[in-house]
Amino acid sequence: MTALNKPLTHLINLDKPLSIEEYIKKGGYQGASRAVKDLTPAQVLNMVSDSGLKGRGGAGFPTGMKWGCVPMFTNEDGTIKDNAPEFKYLVCNADEMEPGTFKDRYLLEGVPHQLIEAMIIAAYTIEANRAYIFLRGEYHLSAKRLQKAIDEAYENNWLGSNIQGTKICLDLYLHTSAGRYICGEETALINALEGKRAIPRAKPPFPQFSGLFGKPTVVNNVETLCNLPHILTNGIDWFKSLSPKSDPGTKLYAACGRVKSAGVWELPMGTTIREVLYTHAGGMMDGFKLKGLLPGGASTDFLLPEHLDTPMDFDSIAKAGSRLGTGGLIVLDDKSCPVAMVLNLLKFFAQESCGWCTPCRDGTPWAVEVLTRIENGQGRIEDLDTLANLCDFMWLGKTHCALAPGAVEPLKSALKYFHDDFEQHIDKGCCSYSTLGSSEHAVVHQGGL
Amino acid sequence: MTQVTQQETNIQVINSIILDYRQYLSSEEINEIEHEVSILETREAAGIEALKIIQLRRGWVSDDSLLAISQLLKISTAQLEGVATFYNLIYRQPVGHYVIHICDSISCHLLGYNEVLEAIKSHLGIEYGQTTSDGFFTLLSNVCLGGCDKAPVMMIADKHYEYLTPDKAIAILNGLSQSHPLTSTISENSNIQALVKDGE
Repeated sequence: MTALNKPLTHLINLDKPLSIEEYIKKGGYQGASRAVKDLTPAQVLNMVSDSGLKGRGGAGFPTGMKWGCVPMFTNEDGTIKDNAPEFKYLVCNADEMEPGTFKDRYLLEGVPHQLIEAMIIAAYTIEANRAYIFLRGEYHLSAKRLQKAIDEAYENNWLGSNIQGTKICLDLYLHTSAGRYICGEETALINALEGKRAIPRAKPPFPQFSGLFGKPTVVNNVETLCNLPHILTNGIDWFKSLSPKSDPGTKLYAACGRVKSAGVWELPMGTTIREVLYTHAGGMMDGFKLKGLLPGGASTDFLLPEHLDTPMDFDSIAKAGSRLGTGGLIVLDDKSCPVAMVLNLLKFFAQESCGWCTPCRDGTPWAVEVLTRIENGQGRIEDLDTLANLCDFMWLGKTHCALAPGAVEPLKSALKYFHDDFEQHIDKGCCSYSTLGSSEHAVVHQGGL
Repeated sequence: MTQVTQQETNIQVINSIILDYRQYLSSEEINEIEHEVSILETREAAGIEALKIIQLRRGWVSDDSLLAISQLLKISTAQLEGVATFYNLIYRQPVGHYVIHICDSISCHLLGYNEVLEAIKSHLGIEYGQTTSDGFFTLLSNVCLGGCDKAPVMMIADKHYEYLTPDKAIAILNGLSQSHPLTSTISENSNIQALVKDGE
């Protein structure tokens, strides 16, 4: 494992993350130093755009494009325009609550200074002078370690006024949330930071123009940001060379479920599902066969064993009929009931729906009710039509945000791929999957980092 | 808050309250909340942090606490209630000394959540949403705790417990029971008793 092939994870120490001195000794803060001392914001923006970095939070939106439309208020001679707002904001989305996703946690707990360095670079590029890390409330250890790292960065003049002798000022604060999945949606996150109910906002206006407190705001995922120091230090060509056949860079891939060694691994973008599942996660636990999997968290479509050779990048997974999402495989084995799995997923979405729009507020619990009936052996054959209709009612364009369409993805694909299982539940009036003693079979070994 | 007086004897009286946040909240609590206000552009933005600050010290967020915070932040109580009830980790009812949050999301579901839950339920004799009679444990579910590679998991206070089995989970609970003397955190009585009633 080296800085050059595993840039995001090579400095991770989960037991005791590097202090700022240790981090700097190992090459840390060089990327931020290069940005703030040697390059203009426009140059950094060009670098990030040219690197082809895409958002790692799930949507895969090009980071440079996201930043590119932030209004800038500095004249060519370095003076500030009269209409400049007092604050511009950078927010790190560390509200990692997608079921089956735990990649950012490793970055937050294992190498917090990498994120702070990355946020300095991002803030510099968009001229943000205030930044927040929006962390989910349950990540207590991350909170502790991030706050310590922030304090160290202030003490060492990497945050605050006149960073490293430049004119740049940046205040970085940690905000811990209190548990609500929808806060991961960037406009809901902004409402949450404003102290409001975290309901997504209509777009436009886009946050880049009118975000937090009505000011220009950029929200980026943890993993996306963590790429920045390395792009700045090692260059665009290096970044692209990490994954020559795919989207540039590495990706944190993970696997959970009944696999031999669940974990998270930093691999070239475009690594196949097969390699993640069999080489890194060790394949299925003994006695279990692969039945299907969600490639990137709960809100992605099921894929089947026939898709194993699909490269895990945005386009290839889309072609196979799903989404890369967060890159965390959730593996369904042949002894777990697919109906029960979908029911569990839909319960999550029903609980976490913010309740703002009717298709989601009513559709997700309705799906839960129907699925519960089927799983309990009281389903009717017309229930399958009801579920199919619900998938349509909750699809993109009919809802206020992407939560309900995210819930539809596993449901719709399960209806397609595991149709026989649904029908059997209804025909036989019961769930025929034995409740194979999970505890005795579920001997999990820690894998990955 | 304004008052609603008793109109008819058979109608339930709604006691409404006057409460001065300066007397209700400690100076430490106020200082902590004001610090949060100072790093945000509006006072209302500190709402969620304020709720957490109070909950950390008092165990839960009572109606009085809600009133006091809304006064301090100069926002309506209804608005703050809207925020408080939006979040899974803000308790608007008294909870036990330890709140057990068992992850019920997909990876834990696949790897034995149900057995762990049943074991805890029968060990403590409570269902979801209930508190043991000694006021020590409250049992709640939690959406994915981000420990999917170490499933099943649960969170108690600020600690995550991983690779759970029914036996291991019960051993953890027993350990907590034994290592801490029982101190009830249900210290705030129901709002009626703690209030200064209008006109009194």
